[in-house]
Amino acid sequence: MSSIAFFGAVESGLLFGLVAFGVFIAFRVLDFPDLTVDGSFPLGAAVAATLIVSGWNPWLATAMATLAGCGAGMVTAWLNVRLKILNLLASILTMIALYSVNLRVMGKPNVALLGDETVFTPFENWEMPFYLINPLILLVIVLVVYLLFVRFMTSELGLAMRATGVNAKMARANGIHTGRMTILGLALANAMVGLAGALFAQSQGTADVTMGVGTIVIGLAAVIGGEALWSTRTLARWIFACLIGAILYRLAIALALNADWIGLKAQDINLITAVLVTLAIVLPRLKQIKANGGQA
Amino acid sequence: MIRAENLEVTFGAGTPLENRALRGLSLDIPQGQFVTVIGSNGAGKSTLLNSLAGEVLADKGQILIDDQDVTRWPTNKRAGLVARVFQDPLAGTCEGLTIEENLALALKRGQGRGLAASIRREYRELFTERLARLGLGLEKRLGDRMGLLSGGQRQAVSLLMATLQPMKILLLDEHTAALDPKTAAFVLELTRSIIEEQQLTALMVTHSMRQALDVGHRTLMLHGGEIAFDVAGDERAGLDVPDLLALFSKVKGEELSDDSLLLG
Repeated sequence: MSSIAFFGAVESGLLFGLVAFGVFIAFRVLDFPDLTVDGSFPLGAAVAATLIVSGWNPWLATAMATLAGCGAGMVTAWLNVRLKILNLLASILTMIALYSVNLRVMGKPNVALLGDETVFTPFENWEMPFYLINPLILLVIVLVVYLLFVRFMTSELGLAMRATGVNAKMARANGIHTGRMTILGLALANAMVGLAGALFAQSQGTADVTMGVGTIVIGLAAVIGGEALWSTRTLARWIFACLIGAILYRLAIALALNADWIGLKAQDINLITAVLVTLAIVLPRLKQIKANGGQA
Repeated sequence: MIRAENLEVTFGAGTPLENRALRGLSLDIPQGQFVTVIGSNGAGKSTLLNSLAGEVLADKGQILIDDQDVTRWPTNKRAGLVARVFQDPLAGTCEGLTIEENLALALKRGQGRGLAASIRREYRELFTERLARLGLGLEKRLGDRMGLLSGGQRQAVSLLMATLQPMKILLLDEHTAALDPKTAAFVLELTRSIIEEQQLTALMVTHSMRQALDVGHRTLMLHGGEIAFDVAGDERAGLDVPDLLALFSKVKGEELSDDSLLLG
């Protein structure tokens, strides 16, 4: 694999690390299977790209995209908490609605960022190989988000959110408004996914209405893979595992596509992802069954 | 002072499975009183407890805590006034969180939660001191996940969690029923000493008549969603388990026939 392909994979791995953080909140903290991310990822891209093309400061455009993602998460949570719609269905409704919203935001199926100033532009002239610049900037952004995220999850509010997901009845008995926690959690999760979408559009130079397909599966692959390969002993490690999982996942995909003898093509990615996620979910259980002498 | 007036709770109203769990039950509990509640299955013990906690909202009637009407308040809003220990040791704690995280959660019961660190040094000192009093060696295991503890240890910690912050009433929901006899005795003794030491107002539901008479100041027996009898003071002091049974058949004109009610 060439350095360009390698660091390209690291770059998208870092981006999907942000998605994995969002998926971690929904699936691991709140136990809420949230498919909104398939819509909030392209929403972030669409908002950022459209604003940048119309002359906005790229950082401000990225911030708006993050807020848009936040709003999408709140809609899903609201459908579930206030209107009592089944969590999975609520997220699918938002996801479907966002497809139309994204087309409206962009006014067309895709927006190209050719020659427009992005958050990466000021660093283009750094004296280092061009393929290192974006990963480096993203690394800084993702690490900042990681530190803030861990700090939040260990705060009083973060602890209340974790209790909501683990034992809602006990959380209520301790005065926690569990509905509010679900709304806050999904808002935060999709804000991070929106941020990822905004940065993805800027690093790839385009936002496309179909770019969200399968985002949730990649995020899950990162979370589950990271848990299998890294430690989940403390919260900080557990969340870091999601980032590691995302980077390793993108590297594995890049490797598979680069190895000509396997015969895989780019269009096979979704199939490979689905197989990998299935294996990652089943393998630990098989190991356990084996350890228990054949009993599940 | 806790006051319940004419509480009525009906589950599945208008359906063939309609169940009138509470039928106009009224109860006053003065501050500092420790009340034990017995009754067979379906007598309304759990519904009474859940109505006081806010998990079940009464269809009719009123609940006043220190003259404040809390009848329509949901559980989380009442949490500043009501503390609770559940029957199932798994229900009262968060398995995946550590001992200190569980305690930190309970420390903020009824208070606002913000972005401050949930675990701070002064909290740790408090937790260590309180846990040490249990004599279970848990003060050295603050960072252990709750799931690693035995049922008895978890109930002891639940009790500690419920009493970290002041409350108007402590609700104990058959909190020793899931434990083996020796552990149950330990948790009951712990309950008694904490309630006495902090002079708490408490309501303890139990399956055991013996337990109901051994602790507390007053014993209620529920039957069919109403109070069958209510004994306290000297009258109660002279009672034994057979007397309770006799009292029940005198009041209700029927024999108590429920194996689930432990006589011992």
